[in-house]
Amino acid sequence: MSEQHIVLSRQMVRTLCQALKFSLVDQTKMITAASELSRNTLIHGKGGKMRWQFVERNGKPGLQLHFEDEGPGIADVGLALTDGWTSGSGMGLGLPGSKRLVNDFEISSVPGQGTRVSITKWK
Amino acid sequence: MERIPILRMGNTLLVTIQVDMQDQTALALQDDLAGRIAQTGASGVMIDISALEIVDSFVGRMLTSISGIARILSATTVVVGMQPAVAITLVELGLSLEGVRTALDVERGMALLAKVRQEVALGR
Repeated sequence: MSEQHIVLSRQMVRTLCQALKFSLVDQTKMITAASELSRNTLIHGKGGKMRWQFVERNGKPGLQLHFEDEGPGIADVGLALTDGWTSGSGMGLGLPGSKRLVNDFEISSVPGQGTRVSITKWK
Repeated sequence: MERIPILRMGNTLLVTIQVDMQDQTALALQDDLAGRIAQTGASGVMIDISALEIVDSFVGRMLTSISGIARILSATTVVVGMQPAVAITLVELGLSLEGVRTALDVERGMALLAKVRQEVALGR
């Protein structure tokens, strides 16, 4: 993943949201969350992958995105989810901010092995 | 890398962002604007983001930085045309663009810059 891939992931997620006919606000929130998490994967995770899938729960469609890296990992996930806490140059909004923009948010991280973040937005 | 053009209209520098910017493009715009303000002595900067479908924390931070840099260089920045869905998302993300002046459209942005110039001229 390089910087150009942040732009590509935004475009991909826009197409997926439109396929599910998300409202404009939901689409904007999901693309913004994808942008934040892609940048995290690139900068903190030293590169990785974004995978996507359409999901369904109680007859409701949703979009799920997975961000995976094999970077240094996060020692204290709770701390990383605190507004304003930053390990580097950012503002510390990426993780807590994205969490607020989606319906479901899951994170698992093993120091030295990498980080996985999954987000879901339901229609 | 793409560069965002900066147009000069009298005392105002006008930037219209019409592409989904890479982070490097946003950073270059910040540097280019600082240079142009110093070079032209512009007293106002207007950034039209009406074509932007999203503003994430990186671009949000760039808008805040440009406003700060311009202020130190004696220019007022106004960000115009933010889409409602973008405003809703930005606030939920946790960015309120503190210190950044905004207007709904270019016309209102121009009026705001004119008002600020008048206040400066009157020494307020």
